[in-house]
Amino acid sequence: MSVFRMIFKNTLRHPLRNFLTMLGIAVAVSAFGLLRTVLTSWDAAIEVAAVDRLVTRDAVSFIFPMPLAYAEKIEKVKGIETLCFFNWFQGVYKDKQNFFPRMAVQPDRVFSVYPEYILSPTELEAFEKERKACVIGESIAQQFNLKLGDQMTIEGDIYPGNWDFIIRGIYKRRDEKVDGTQMFFHWDYLNERMNQVAPGRANQIGWIVAKLSPGANPAAVADEIDNQFKNSSTETKSETERSFNQSFFESYSAIFTAIRIVSVLIIGIILLVLGNTMIMSTRERTQEYAMLKTLGFSGQNLISFIAGESILLSFIGAMIGIVLLYLLVQVVSAVVPKQFFPVFFIAPSTYIITFSAAVALGFLAALQPVMTTLKTRIVDGLRFIG
Amino acid sequence: MASMNGAIIQVNNVKKSYYRASIEIPVLRNISLAVPDGEFLALMGPSGSGKTTLLNLVAGIDRPDAGEVNVGGINIAALGESELAQWRSRHVGFIFQFYNLLPVLTAYENVELPLLLTKLPKKEKKEHVEFAMNLVGLSDRKENRPSQLSGGQQQRVAIARAIVTDPTIIVADEPTGDLDKISAAEVMMLLNRLNTEFKKTIVMVTHDQRAAEKAHKVLHLDKGDLEPEVRS
Ligand SMILES: Nc1ncnc2c1ncn2[C@@H]1O[C@H](COP(=O)(O)OP(=O)(O)OP(=O)(O)O)[C@@H](O)[C@H]1O
Ligand SMILES: [Mg+2]
Repeated sequence: MSVFRMIFKNTLRHPLRNFLTMLGIAVAVSAFGLLRTVLTSWDAAIEVAAVDRLVTRDAVSFIFPMPLAYAEKIEKVKGIETLCFFNWFQGVYKDKQNFFPRMAVQPDRVFSVYPEYILSPTELEAFEKERKACVIGESIAQQFNLKLGDQMTIEGDIYPGNWDFIIRGIYKRRDEKVDGTQMFFHWDYLNERMNQVAPGRANQIGWIVAKLSPGANPAAVADEIDNQFKNSSTETKSETERSFNQSFFESYSAIFTAIRIVSVLIIGIILLVLGNTMIMSTRERTQEYAMLKTLGFSGQNLISFIAGESILLSFIGAMIGIVLLYLLVQVVSAVVPKQFFPVFFIAPSTYIITFSAAVALGFLAALQPVMTTLKTRIVDGLRFIG
Repeated sequence: MASMNGAIIQVNNVKKSYYRASIEIPVLRNISLAVPDGEFLALMGPSGSGKTTLLNLVAGIDRPDAGEVNVGGINIAALGESELAQWRSRHVGFIFQFYNLLPVLTAYENVELPLLLTKLPKKEKKEHVEFAMNLVGLSDRKENRPSQLSGGQQQRVAIARAIVTDPTIIVADEPTGDLDKISAAEVMMLLNRLNTEFKKTIVMVTHDQRAAEKAHKVLHLDKGDLEPEVRS
């Protein structure tokens, strides 16, 4: 028999109580982990955004278009390697629920601007050649079971009418942080139809993404772009993709603060649940611990019995919690809109934080019981009646 | 005090009071006692007379307010907390009225418990435990938990636990107090055997006249004073 075996046997003593305690910890841990995953996924969305890409849009709002001519002018700015303009198309694919970004782009440029979307040269060529061709991300292909050559019909809303596309490419993601849910098609296809049905809306672009040359200063280039259109009827605002994302997420900072506060509360709950169990168990065992002291067991021995049990409970609870978290994250990532969480995965730091918090909380929860046990004199402990 | 030479336990002018709400309750007034090596001593007396208190002082789980407690030549009242704990683990075997076994451990593991504090090799630990369990006649109940044993069997497990470290003295506080007559007789026979066969010094507190009869010597504690019993 060893000290560890003693701890283990003590832990199994009240199976139901300890099981419920561990379950409580598990639920709290998974909630904590889920909130952290929200935060880290949000951070990842910012991190993944490049600092060597500028987004230029209408200075007033993202929803106002810019004249097509802007793209040509911006292209001439020093420090820009290449650019691609985009129109937000939206529309409905089969069902309103099937949300994924659909955009009109310059087919020969979009993959140079976004090298993290990987498309084979043959697929790229096929995409460029055909007016109605489109490329979708691998995640979308998987979700809707689409393959090359399949027909996709989108019902327009911003751009009314039925729009037929044929899938000529499925792009792969460079790594798991990259969004695999986009759909790109020919801007010309969109513009032609607009020329016919709503000439006022033709030759307009939504936003421009410019890839900077190596060594270019993003702030200087952005200033130069925006200065060109100062005092015109359509002023622009240019910023790096990352600061663009950041300013988008900053408007949600209150939610982040709330999430952080709730995370701290959850840790407090774990401490209460576990502390309560440990205080009860230790109180019940007052006589036993007095007997162990009588036999010559030291304060250190008792600390390892009590803290060991507490840490074991919280550790097992945390392990169950992580499994729950994993399942939760699968469910959540399937249902949350991808525009908020292009990627939703458990960051390695979440595992580390969760487990170290569990061990630390196990130790903290044992403090009061340990102090009481050490303080109790043997003669009083032996006379203790529960 | 030449007469006390050869005594393994020497209690000299010990005083002990407890305090309840800062009111002093004197328990032992001025007790002196010498127990020769190999003695089997019974302490009797009315409830509340301080028997357990005296036993606790001798066993080193409490300290006197004044006076000395010498066991095996060591003034244990002068030892620090952890030294005293170590001393107890080496020199004292404890038997309690309510057995005080750990309910989650098997009989074998309960007996093994004091050996966790020793550096004995595994094999020797096993030999010690088996010897002790054999001695108390419970070799066939090793895997049973206390709840699966009768009171008498539990007390025999406790006796095995008390002797497994081969202590200098054995203290027993009402070891038969919670047992039926037959179990009590078995326990007393065991203690008697430990004393005669293994030459263990035993100090036993008891209310039980039959139990006291097994002892060599009976002392009476009354109102904090100690008197030898007049045997009829
Ligand atoms: N730890 C303690 N704290 C306060 N008072 C105590 C403590 N231990 C004993 N006493 C008091 O000291 C007195 C003697 O107690 P002790 O337990 O030594 O008596 P006893 O002779 O063993 O009695 P019994 O036969 O009932 O076991 C009693 O009045 C008891 O209430
Ligand atoms: Mg008593």
